[in-house]
Amino acid sequence: MTQQDISLLYHRYQFLGHEFLTWLWYRMDTEKDSRTGGAAADGEDAPLGLTLGNRMVLENRSREGVVESITIRGDDAGLEEGLLALRKGAYVTEMNLQVQIGEQQWRLTLKGESLMVGGLKTPQTAKVEQQQDISGAVIEKLFLCEIALQRIDELFGLFTRIRLSPLWDQTETPSMRNWIEKTATQ
Amino acid sequence: MGLLASSVTVSRYRVDGRMEDPLLDNIAKGLSQQRITEMEAEVDDKRVGWTNFSNNYKPDFDASSFVMGEYFVFSLRVDKKKIPAALIRQHLSIAIDRYRSERGREFISRGEKSQIKEEVLNALYMRLPAVPAVFDVVWQYEKKFLFFFSSQKAANEELENLFNKSFGLQLIRLFPFSIADLSIGLDDRQRDLLQKTTPTLFRI
Repeated sequence: MTQQDISLLYHRYQFLGHEFLTWLWYRMDTEKDSRTGGAAADGEDAPLGLTLGNRMVLENRSREGVVESITIRGDDAGLEEGLLALRKGAYVTEMNLQVQIGEQQWRLTLKGESLMVGGLKTPQTAKVEQQQDISGAVIEKLFLCEIALQRIDELFGLFTRIRLSPLWDQTETPSMRNWIEKTATQ
Repeated sequence: MGLLASSVTVSRYRVDGRMEDPLLDNIAKGLSQQRITEMEAEVDDKRVGWTNFSNNYKPDFDASSFVMGEYFVFSLRVDKKKIPAALIRQHLSIAIDRYRSERGREFISRGEKSQIKEEVLNALYMRLPAVPAVFDVVWQYEKKFLFFFSSQKAANEELENLFNKSFGLQLIRLFPFSIADLSIGLDDRQRDLLQKTTPTLFRI
């Protein structure tokens, strides 16, 4: 793959990342009501272990290329504005998330177009007090970073397999449209 | 901020290809050959190279200095000289006045002005110290992935170029398509479908 190919693929398929974040919001929201909310693929209907954090960005791109951007902030942010934007054709382009695995919690911001992870806060690691502590601290921190990133990749893998299966058009997309319709008009 | 900061930003890559044995010696060699060297009184505005993770200002790569558990950990350092625009304006104005009075004429051509500007910039670059920026790199050789602790486009491009120059391996940036294509175990039929995928409209 040349750098030119990579750049072309990055731009051509960035919608996949935006659809993924929009799907994650739908899955997180419907999971509150039903553990098996939405369609399941490969027998995967386990809890996502995710909750929505304190920031989300949605974008609506018109046919003329004009981008309308909406940012929702705050721990108790009202999400109605975001749902209304989805109704009008917007996608989630950036999302702050909490990942819960067992007793441990990670916070991170995921960008749709690149799936780049920013503001990643891992569970507390040991403090570095002397030079010889550095190696242990680095290994522990990387181990914790890998856990969060692996979880994101697993969810993206789940999304992609559903996205490429007949379930996407038959079940998942109609369910998402229902969710948008129902939740936005509540 | 580096990888030990309380909040980190991670750009992810897949490393395409393998190094020849002896692995650690060859990686140490690649890091040493492209290690950052200090900018003294030079007219260069930028210098890029590798440095040690735990000692950013005295790069020294022996066979084990970059090995931490199953990871290779080192840093990319970009030293840049940035001259404030106001300083350039001030020195250029003084130099032009001097040039005019030395020649006893008011008019100077565009070519002369451009040459004076170049001389002024060179003189300023010689005098100004470079400001270092350090970005941590983590390479998991066996699993073929690399973490780069920055989202800056320019820093990511410097990394991609220097990595290829140092180790002869290509870094493939991980983003939705490349993760789906390379990292989640799709079969050939699914990868074919992936290429043909078009956006879904959720609009009601």
